Amino acid sequence: MNSFAERFSTTTAASQMRNAQKLADEDELDTAMWGSNAGFGSLAKGVPTFTVPAVADPTAFLRLHTDDHADPSCRIKIQHGTTTLAFRFQGGVIVAVDSRATAGSYVASGTVKKVIEINPYLLGTMAGGAADCQYWETYLGMHCRLHELRNRERISVSAASKYLSNLVYSYKGMGLSMGTMICGWDKTGPAVFYVDSDGTRLKGDLFSVGSGSTFAYGVLDQGYRWDLTDEEAQELGRRSIYAAGHRDAFSGNSCNLYHVKEDGWRFIGNYDIAKMHYDGPGNVAGSPGQGYGYDVRVEGRTSTNAPAVAAAA
Amino acid sequence: METSFAITGKGYVIIAADTTAARSIVKMKVDEDKIKTLSPHLLMAYSGEPGDTVQFAEYVERNIRLYQIRNLYPLRPSAAASWIRRSLAESLRSRKPYSVNLLLGGYDTATHTPHLYWVDYLGTMTEVPFGAHGYGSYFALSLLDRYHDPEASMEQGLATLKRCIDEVSKRLVVSPGTYKVKVVDKDGVREVEL
Repeated sequence: MNSFAERFSTTTAASQMRNAQKLADEDELDTAMWGSNAGFGSLAKGVPTFTVPAVADPTAFLRLHTDDHADPSCRIKIQHGTTTLAFRFQGGVIVAVDSRATAGSYVASGTVKKVIEINPYLLGTMAGGAADCQYWETYLGMHCRLHELRNRERISVSAASKYLSNLVYSYKGMGLSMGTMICGWDKTGPAVFYVDSDGTRLKGDLFSVGSGSTFAYGVLDQGYRWDLTDEEAQELGRRSIYAAGHRDAFSGNSCNLYHVKEDGWRFIGNYDIAKMHYDGPGNVAGSPGQGYGYDVRVEGRTSTNAPAVAAAA
Repeated sequence: METSFAITGKGYVIIAADTTAARSIVKMKVDEDKIKTLSPHLLMAYSGEPGDTVQFAEYVERNIRLYQIRNLYPLRPSAAASWIRRSLAESLRSRKPYSVNLLLGGYDTATHTPHLYWVDYLGTMTEVPFGAHGYGSYFALSLLDRYHDPEASMEQGLATLKRCIDEVSKRLVVSPGTYKVKVVDKDGVREVEL
């Protein structure tokens, strides 16, 4: 019925293309129309389309081959293990992430950029499907720029995150996998929003996402205060990612740290997690001056409590 | 979900276990003591499959007591831990294994050293400065990596334990409400209020 109606319709994309091709075929183009295909230039070569698997239900097909919860032996494994965190404080927003990519039990890469620089004022973090996050957050950046051009004003973090959440919600149930924090500074001040592919969007002061998030929370929650100094805040972000990199098998390698302030984000540095374990983060602001590792930290200390006389004997 | 923590400090071990007994989605009891006193200087927190836990804990309790009656002296913590681990390991290869996870805290009066053993239902045993079982461990272990001090005083140790409990209450969806906290040191075993 649909294709029958389409054959006689004059307004659908398909019929416009048909008309354009008919004009071209019949060679009835006026010379004045040359080079423009009578304004149908974009359609003459066909309407742009998505390529989808040639099966009855592409969504079910994709789910069958990618969902590793239901079937761990499936062919395509989506990157799931990650630790990312972001928190808001007196001095702006701290964003810290690890850099490990895993495919099943295989460490596919240790140098992944999990912070996506959407524009000079907005950062997005990457957890879940790497491609989904990268593509849609870049796409979000494009729309943030269009918002600037149309409204002569920078987009708020709230609006940008809502744009993304509405977008992923429209694809709900089709296999998108992302858990992201949209962070930035707008006229309301520092802001952090959590957005995931279920369509959840939450405003908050402190979030951590990914398989290592529980370990990061353990350190982050206990060290967090609104009135942290810049140095303390950066140290807390680093220390929390280290904790997750140490305890979670699917997180690790290194930590990327960003600080967002009124004039936009700034990349603070990349810190090797093994190095932080043994030597600490190096000569940086807020560093404890020694390794974070438990054995390094408590070296030489003992719980034995021998009474003074017994010790002397 | 069931959660237990234990930490060592200067001359003591603190063990904390939640006090809920749950079946399916229902809390059947909210003041269940899941830490047994096995001997004057030995504590055991147990969690796992309902039914197995108490059966196994009582079996251990009575055998440790029997040893003390026969030999006048109780087993030292490392010996008791080894015997308990072996019981679990033998059970694992039986027709119906015990599914029980343990934290064993003891004070060795001969060396004045506190000992803590982390034991799981597979018979894995390891001596640790701090340990945890259950979902709470996902939050507590990273926290203890950061805050635990082997030379902490009792007050500092209890403060660190409180951090763990607060963190789990804050973040875990199915967090337990109340915990029982017991301490073992040179003076023996006692219960403390947080």
